[in-house]
Amino acid sequence: MENIIQFVYIASASLFILSLKWMSEIKTSRWGNWAGTAGMALAILATLLKPEIHGYLWIAIGIVIGASIGTPMAMLMPMTAVPQRTALSHAFGALAAGIVGSAEYFLHGSNLSMPQLIVLCIEVLLGFLTFTGSLLAFGKLQEIIPTRPILYPGRNLVSLSVFAFSLFLIAYLVIKGGSHPFLFSSIVCLSLLFGILLVLPIGGADMPTVISILNAYAGLSSSFMGFLLNNKLLIIAGALDGSSGLILSIQMCKAMNRSFTNVLFGGVGQVLEVADPSRDGKIVKSLSPKEASILFEAAKKVVVVPGYGMAAAQAQHVVKELTDVLENRNIEVKFAIHPVAGRMPGHMNVLLAEADVPYDKLVEMEEINPLFPETDIVLVVGANDITNPAARKNPGSPLYGMPILDVDKAKQILFIKRSMSTGFAGIDNDLFYSPKTIMLFGDAKKVLNELLISINSN
Amino acid sequence: MTLNDWITNLYIFVLASFLGLELIRNVSRLLHTPLMSLTNAISSISLVGSLALTGEGDKTWVIVLGTIAIIASSINAVGGFLITDRILKMFRKSK
Repeated sequence: MENIIQFVYIASASLFILSLKWMSEIKTSRWGNWAGTAGMALAILATLLKPEIHGYLWIAIGIVIGASIGTPMAMLMPMTAVPQRTALSHAFGALAAGIVGSAEYFLHGSNLSMPQLIVLCIEVLLGFLTFTGSLLAFGKLQEIIPTRPILYPGRNLVSLSVFAFSLFLIAYLVIKGGSHPFLFSSIVCLSLLFGILLVLPIGGADMPTVISILNAYAGLSSSFMGFLLNNKLLIIAGALDGSSGLILSIQMCKAMNRSFTNVLFGGVGQVLEVADPSRDGKIVKSLSPKEASILFEAAKKVVVVPGYGMAAAQAQHVVKELTDVLENRNIEVKFAIHPVAGRMPGHMNVLLAEADVPYDKLVEMEEINPLFPETDIVLVVGANDITNPAARKNPGSPLYGMPILDVDKAKQILFIKRSMSTGFAGIDNDLFYSPKTIMLFGDAKKVLNELLISINSN
Repeated sequence: MTLNDWITNLYIFVLASFLGLELIRNVSRLLHTPLMSLTNAISSISLVGSLALTGEGDKTWVIVLGTIAIIASSINAVGGFLITDRILKMFRKSK
């Protein structure tokens, strides 16, 4: 029986690998997801064949309850809520890893060898810190908790001491060996606390990186569970997830020109730049949507720059309607997608796909930037910092060095914005004062609707 | 577990990580959200551990903890695969 189980596990691991391979292209991506699902089903079936397993009742109850919570969570959630759903899902997976590790310790703690204790403690540490960290990320994305970074003096010292203390307890536990329920419970509590401290000072705009890091942790904690249980399937699947989360977080950091440590400990968002005196004389031009609609008469090429504000205002469907109207007038419309636009990697692509915008119109930053000089109108919908030319020109700006969309090079910029307040990072955008920029103040959805009606009646 | 088992497992971990890095590098940025919800679903492979814990458990507290772990990881698995498919279905090319 053990051999059969191992063969099924190999099949399951292969399916997971194929699943990621097929995920690289849209054409095969749905196959990728099915391969992953099949891999998971095989893994569950093979595990249930284990002769040591004798009680099936609670397993069945658990799966039925889990599936009946997971299904509506996946099917009913609006697409704008995908980031928070992902964060919540990370929390559940990590909680399971933490619980299994802890139960193993309380069951066999005194019989475990030193290396087993090490992997068990790391699994529990990663599992529980990912649990609370992801729950907090969920709370911030769902706006139950304020999205701005929550900062207090000495926060880095507090976080690092909590982390160092838990590592110290782990080292003590491992070297001492034997069963120490109290010590172990303290490690669990410290891990839970560290997860909260880690995400608390992180603001909404850094969420893409944080979600990716939590994704990596959840994977790694499964991998360490594999080491503990001597289960190679767990090691492989966990390692695949870990590397995925790692690559995504590196790409997100690069897209913001920041390091890992800066995202985790930098607390960006508290940098509230005092109004620049040299800006006093500069004028902001604004028009009503009706007046602005005339500009589209002469336009041939339009680029839309979406940001988190589009998601917040649920404006993706109006954007699509506007695109259709412009295309009917033989205006070419493209979308410029910045890698960190939104609250998770690829967020804008999903929202626009939901609104039925074909994916070949979604152009990545590197490809769209050379096209801006010949673009007649750029329409910025709910984006801010990713269009700020200070990132290129002003070495004193906190954004300096971040790759941006070169929106300022277009012939005309229409910037939809609620008010003159600063962007997420609290930094004023030079683009507002460009003679080429026209501000359209108001809620993104409302402004776009008025624009749409006016263009139709012109 | 012998020392050999540990070394084999470490080999597997390192090789799988490199394979993962190569595979993910090729994923189009367009698909990063479904990629993350897929890998999130795959990370619920910890379900295997939860199943063993519950199925082999004799003490009540073990079964209670195990069942909670099964519920948590099956929410993750079922939800993750379903939403990934829902997202992927929406992507289409221009006519």
